Amino acid sequence: MEPIALDIRNLRVYYDDFLAIKDVNLSIPKNQITAIIGPSGVGKSTLLRALNRMNELVPGCRTEGEVIFDGVNIYDPRVDPVEVRRRIGMVFQKPNPFPKSIYENIAWGLRINGFRGTKAQMDEAVERALRAAALWDEVKDKLHQSGLSLSGGQQQRLCIARVVALQPEVILLDEPASALDPIATLKIEELMRELKREYTLVIVTHNMQQAARVSDYAAMMMLTGEGERSGTVIEFDRTKVIFTNPRDKRTEDYVTGRFG
Amino acid sequence: MAGLGNSLSYIRRRRAEERAVKAVLFLFALVSILTTLGILYVLFQETVLFFREVSFAQFFLDTRWTPLFLSQRFGIWPLVNGTVLVAAGAMLVALPLGLLAAIYMSEFASERVRRVLKPFLEILAGVPTVVYGYFALTFITPILRSLFPQTQVFNAASAAIAMGFMILPTVASLSEDALYAVPRSLREAAYALGATRWEVATQIVVPAALSGIAAAFILAVSRAVGETMIVAIAAGQQPKLTLNPLESIETMTAYIVQVSLGDTPHQSLAYKTIFAVGMMLFLMTLGMNVASYLLTRRFREVYE
Repeated sequence: MEPIALDIRNLRVYYDDFLAIKDVNLSIPKNQITAIIGPSGVGKSTLLRALNRMNELVPGCRTEGEVIFDGVNIYDPRVDPVEVRRRIGMVFQKPNPFPKSIYENIAWGLRINGFRGTKAQMDEAVERALRAAALWDEVKDKLHQSGLSLSGGQQQRLCIARVVALQPEVILLDEPASALDPIATLKIEELMRELKREYTLVIVTHNMQQAARVSDYAAMMMLTGEGERSGTVIEFDRTKVIFTNPRDKRTEDYVTGRFG
Repeated sequence: MAGLGNSLSYIRRRRAEERAVKAVLFLFALVSILTTLGILYVLFQETVLFFREVSFAQFFLDTRWTPLFLSQRFGIWPLVNGTVLVAAGAMLVALPLGLLAAIYMSEFASERVRRVLKPFLEILAGVPTVVYGYFALTFITPILRSLFPQTQVFNAASAAIAMGFMILPTVASLSEDALYAVPRSLREAAYALGATRWEVATQIVVPAALSGIAAAFILAVSRAVGETMIVAIAAGQQPKLTLNPLESIETMTAYIVQVSLGDTPHQSLAYKTIFAVGMMLFLMTLGMNVASYLLTRRFREVYE
């Protein structure tokens, strides 16, 4: 087993009285791509957003259990959620660049996180991030145009560049390609394979082929039982195993397209 | 067959009723439009009469406004000066406070607090302006005079501060609408980069809502420019070119009140001045309302 980036222990997330995800135990391996798969409404996004404390921005949301990151439980009351989110970045389903220039979209995150370099150093950091997100060649001549002027796929790579610029340890991706066309999707997938050399990636996806193509590990989520509304992880293994030889019958039914 | 005929005639009758209702409602809508047009017509007509006797040069190039004295001078600028001075002072109070209140309500307050606070703020906007006028004269002016002894009893600053509080709810409420309309996804993106609440509010949400805030701001200026009661009570009746807010001044609206309530004979040239001043005022506020409308439209386009 590889080294662990995030160790999730007995995680429960409530929205007011509603238990959305129940007793999740999962160890996310370092420098690998882990896919969270499963049918709609089982709490895949909720689980992902629990990993960098984004859930607590939702009023009424409550989290129990632990997520150990770098030896520390990120839910420890002494831990600053702002620091957690800097080190565990996130890319959203719909591309959401800021209504600022391409350059500023990246520079802003650096600046609020205490970047104190020269203009030249900032230029360099912006270029490095855009290169890492395979966007540099397409935008290098229009860095000062609005980020919103880019196509959907480019916007999403800009959002990835924005996260990469901060050099987080983990990048969470919530269905990052679901709003994109097939070609833009392939580019994002290629990019993810590039990024895993330096980062740990966790991706939520509805697309089974995508999960099979890009991920190394897969966590299968299901409702806890017939008529229940809480979701949990029922099986976690290498993606190859999940897709070819799953232990759980429900996983097999799902990945072979028998339901969901 | 008979049944079908009946139901058809029934529908026809109902349609006639609906058409009648529509016509009556249209008439009511028409009344308000006709009234506005009528006011504009009178304003325009009297303004034309005024400019038959006074040239544009006398109106726009002179620096004294003394139509009620024997040596009549018709330079509009002292009145514009008074109006702009008070309006600018009011915005100096209303903009920072209103924007901070809006940021608090939109970005920091819980949904429950917001639900209580916002209607309350809107009720505050309904306080009669005469109350603000006497508040200025009997409360703010004495404070100003104890701080700055040279302050005149009637002065621009006192009226400006009271007016600032008067338009504060407008600024806060409209700005809050603009901030609240900024998509959640932008805030999430910023939080996910490790931004604090304050950074998200001031560096992401406010800039994204800027055109909406600007529209709120212009609408508030336009209200300040047109506001009458506070300045009539607290700012004085001395048209002059000055930037000192502690002096007594006169605004365009206060001048109109002064002439309308005084014993200036109708049909006299002095009386006609109020229409020219009114026209000037109308053009200023119209310009700002149009600017506000255009900005709001642009602001809507951004996120659709």
